[in-house]
Amino acid sequence: MTATSPGPIVLWLASRYENIELVQAALAHVCRQREIDGEMEHWIGMALREAVANAVKHGNRLDPDKRVLVKFDGVGNDLTIVIGDEGGGFDPERVSDPLAPENQMKTSGRGIFYIRTFMDDVSFSRGESGGTVLTMHKDLSKRGNAKGENE
Amino acid sequence: MNKNASVRKIGDITVVELKGKITIGAGDLQMREAIHAVLNEGARKIIVDMSGVSTIDSSGVGELVGCFTTSTHKGAKMKLMNLPAKISDVLTVTQLITVFDVFPNEAEAVASFAS
Repeated sequence: MTATSPGPIVLWLASRYENIELVQAALAHVCRQREIDGEMEHWIGMALREAVANAVKHGNRLDPDKRVLVKFDGVGNDLTIVIGDEGGGFDPERVSDPLAPENQMKTSGRGIFYIRTFMDDVSFSRGESGGTVLTMHKDLSKRGNAKGENE
Repeated sequence: MNKNASVRKIGDITVVELKGKITIGAGDLQMREAIHAVLNEGARKIIVDMSGVSTIDSSGVGELVGCFTTSTHKGAKMKLMNLPAKISDVLTVTQLITVFDVFPNEAEAVASFAS
């Protein structure tokens, strides 16, 4: 049985990698509230780290004056996490496939793949004042398949 | 001093023991520095012990790939051992587990250099 959502939690963070740890701590709090087990928390956390790192690095280009939005929400078996940046926008169609043989030994380009693998539904949109908004959902009823294999 | 990595020798084999998070802005660069340092010191048989790694992200995975490529270019062999299950999963979903030489323990990793 999944606990009732206590309502949204919203964080606005400076674009620093150190803040990824703060977001991770917030996720741990949300997981305790929503009675999400450690296995599922690990894989959600992996996707969340990638999303925030992308917002800091590629979205806001490490400009500490630009902020990253992180919002935890959702009810019942849905956990929704929204990550927004204040950068110049992002076209997910231009992300190359890290499984393609020509990309396998590249040192970057796997973050979005991990997000899509470990979450159940992922979408990108343009923020109201520019930037990219990533919305990702986790179906908390899939506890036996926490890392999203074969989906 | 690198708090995410320590180095020891087994004969002519260099073991780099990684610890903690190998993630963006933190352990990823320290891992690269540690492996590049042993390569620059002449190590050509390298085993990376992953048993102490708690988390790896795409940046850490990318650095691991980069270190593997650099090792190959320098004529060295870099192998991995003692992968925690979650680290193995992260490498598996991107099919990198088949790129690296991965061993379940030190004895098998060391023996692989003799064959």
